[in-house]
Amino acid sequence: MVDQLSLDIYQGEFFALLGPSGCGKTTLLRLIAGLERPNAGRVLLDGVDLTPEPPYRRPVNLMFQNYALFPHLNVEANVGFGLKQEGLAKREIGRRVADMLALVKLEGYGARKPHELSGGQRQRVALARSLVKRPRVHLLDEPMAALDKKLRGETQFELMELQRQVGLTFVIVTHDQSEAMTLAHRIGVMDRGRLMQVAPPADVYERPDSRWVADFIGDVNLLEGRLGDDRVSIEGTAAGRLRVAAEAVAPAGAMVWVAVRPERVRISRQPPLPGLDNCVAATVVDIGYFGDKSVYKLRIRDGSLLKAAINRGADGDGAVGVGEQVWLTWPPEAARVLTR
Amino acid sequence: MTAARRNGSILQRLVWRIPFAWLFAFFLLPFLIVVKISLSQTAIAQPPYAPVFDLAAGWHGVVAFIKGLSLDNYRLVGSDPIYVLSYVKSVEIAAFSTLLLLLVGFPIAYGIARTPRRVQAVLVLLTVLPFWTSQLIRVYAWMNILQRDGPLNDVLMALRLVKEPPAWLATDTAIYIGIVYSYLPFMVLPVYAILQKLDESLLEAAADLGCPRWKTFWLVTLPLSSSGIMAGVLLCFIPIIGEFVIPDLLGGSQSPMIGQTIWLEFFGNKDWPVASAVAVVLVFLLVTPIVFYQNRAMPVLERD
Amino acid sequence: MRKVSAFNIAAIFVGIAFLYLPIAVLVIYSFNASRLVAVWGGWSTRWYAELLNDEPLLDAASISIRLALTSATLATVLGTMAALALVRFGRFRGRLAFAAMVYAPLVMPEVITGLSLLLLFVAVAADRGFWTVAVAHTTMAVCFVTVIVQSRLIDFDMSLEEAAMDLGAPPLRTFASVTLPLIFPAIAAAWMLAFALSVDDLVIASFTTGPGATTLPIRIYSEVRLGVKPEMNAVCAIMVAVVGAAVIIASLLAKIIGARGTPVQARS
Repeated sequence: MVDQLSLDIYQGEFFALLGPSGCGKTTLLRLIAGLERPNAGRVLLDGVDLTPEPPYRRPVNLMFQNYALFPHLNVEANVGFGLKQEGLAKREIGRRVADMLALVKLEGYGARKPHELSGGQRQRVALARSLVKRPRVHLLDEPMAALDKKLRGETQFELMELQRQVGLTFVIVTHDQSEAMTLAHRIGVMDRGRLMQVAPPADVYERPDSRWVADFIGDVNLLEGRLGDDRVSIEGTAAGRLRVAAEAVAPAGAMVWVAVRPERVRISRQPPLPGLDNCVAATVVDIGYFGDKSVYKLRIRDGSLLKAAINRGADGDGAVGVGEQVWLTWPPEAARVLTR
Repeated sequence: MTAARRNGSILQRLVWRIPFAWLFAFFLLPFLIVVKISLSQTAIAQPPYAPVFDLAAGWHGVVAFIKGLSLDNYRLVGSDPIYVLSYVKSVEIAAFSTLLLLLVGFPIAYGIARTPRRVQAVLVLLTVLPFWTSQLIRVYAWMNILQRDGPLNDVLMALRLVKEPPAWLATDTAIYIGIVYSYLPFMVLPVYAILQKLDESLLEAAADLGCPRWKTFWLVTLPLSSSGIMAGVLLCFIPIIGEFVIPDLLGGSQSPMIGQTIWLEFFGNKDWPVASAVAVVLVFLLVTPIVFYQNRAMPVLERD
Repeated sequence: MRKVSAFNIAAIFVGIAFLYLPIAVLVIYSFNASRLVAVWGGWSTRWYAELLNDEPLLDAASISIRLALTSATLATVLGTMAALALVRFGRFRGRLAFAAMVYAPLVMPEVITGLSLLLLFVAVAADRGFWTVAVAHTTMAVCFVTVIVQSRLIDFDMSLEEAAMDLGAPPLRTFASVTLPLIFPAIAAAWMLAFALSVDDLVIASFTTGPGATTLPIRIYSEVRLGVKPEMNAVCAIMVAVVGAAVIIASLLAKIIGARGTPVQARS
């Protein structure tokens, strides 16, 4: 499930593992928690090898996707469960549990059983239960998956705030890219057990280093061509000769892909000035209306489709209709050369 | 990945070896003894069979022991009409009463499954409750009812359905009544469990596609409840074959079922080897439908 | 919305009536003053009063209860262990043989179980009495306990155990503080079933018993073999009342525990 993977997570960081379902991100989390054993490889914490340690001896706590609240214990006993295992005094446990319940805004719910709580409240109990142990690394497996969409948005900001307050290292697993983008300082994008790219959210979006990442995070137009000698021009793509702003890190003559985000593509009725780079004629095939923006599907000369996203109220009249002949352009700095 | 697996192997081994040892000593070993004695001869001695396994005699003892074994008892069981008829009667009664149980039990299970959820729970409890009282008591209750001057005949006479009070006790009819009564929960519960899970929208879909209700029952409900019916049939058929209390108290003495025959050989004739041979044959008789059923049942019992 | 037809209601009604009428008749007859069971001689509790003086019967009842307590407890411990092994230990060596041996007693006719255990006790020259019957009843009940506890363990949400370990509880403490409380309803139900099986059993006890260990069913059977007796109606009525009350109380308790959330959440 997880294969040949090396990853460093820093103290106090909010790290997100992002990938499609079945990519091994949960397995990676469970390896860190000690719930799965690696066949090979090690898990280190501050240089100390955790690999042989069973889960109950690791200073690492996991918040389960289904929360795994003990149904026979009330909220207080659930949150205090981990502290009790440390052999703390009753009074100390009571104090820390009360503090933690206050932090997650669940004062007064201590005597309730999990089934007497709403989904959002259960989620906060699960969060409190793993956080109260002040783990060196706090692992969260799809913490928002069971919440409805509106609640999710609010909870994301609460979670960021909480992480800032307690100052612990958070590792979250999610398949929701906007969630990863919102929450994390850095994102690790995974596919089929391999880590594809590790970078801050903006970099993952703006500077993906592979077609897979570019395509997984948001929408992208990909055009294949041969890298020119100057390393900034790409010859023979479906849209003709293209130029990028930054020099590509690949030998001249290599087959590469040019990636352009749809929102960077401009649509124009007027033919461009002759000699302009990154310019292609296209026919509008379909228009998808999304409220804040419209996504155009456009067919270019060789029959392949490109996408352009135009914001409402952006410049241009936007009154282009299906079947119209238009010109697509984008600035060289909007395009990126990908080698894999 | 479990608690037990991680916690070293000693505890884990104990957890399965203790029940294993118990069942080995008190289930498997006794049955092997039965097989062994079924190959021995009756003797007027204590214990009343020969040869007796004598370890003290060493290798010669073993050889003498093996030479002493014979299949005579099985020849007897296979040829003597008392035993053959007894097996036939057991299978016949088990088969016919299982069919009766299905005919009586299915409509009850079907009815329960169609009531609202809260009522279902109560009805299931009501169905199971008599099962918790002793079978002996339930059979005995029928002895009261089926007496010649008992309430059943009182009712029949009052309704002028019969002129003379018929004798019910000591007949096969009484056995069937007793069996259907005793085993009804075993048929109703598995069938209900399946019917209750049946997706109502499937029936609606059938109706929507133009299938009349009786046809929907044949084409949708019945095929989808076949696993429950199968479970109910086996839960009834197999134990009924070996039944002792019901035929003994309600049936006549002229043609005993196989359970009674074993009891009689053992306690009455004190013929341990023949009783053992009859028992071994019965086990093989039972193993056949179980092996057939295993392919269906084991995945259910052992989902893991 | 499901439709309940008149036929459905009739089937349920006739079925329930069929199940309860004989027991009702038994209970009514137990209050019959006449010695001739079938002749109604007015209401009376004389047969109940006579039971109190029937020493052998009271002895048999006390033996049966002690026997059921012993064998139900033993069977519950053994059966729970077997269920844990079958559900949790994966494919250990000997698992198939183990599983076969656990399930086989389910289909073994009582006559054969009784016969084979008796032959074992004779072979090892064990004195027959209370303990031989206790061993026999335990053996008979283990498989039922295993099946009940096993079905609960299969439904068990493993992430609860993982959560306990993640929060610092070693395996044994995880078992004691999380697994055991959550499977307890099944264990209790299994114990009750084992108890009932032992109290009810006639055949196995008849084979394996010895002097001084006459159980209640053996006693009742020897009394009723040759016909109905009013004292036996009273004994049976008492047993029906006790069992009925126990099962109803137990299911109410289960409902209260259920309402407190034990099984509900684990399944969702």
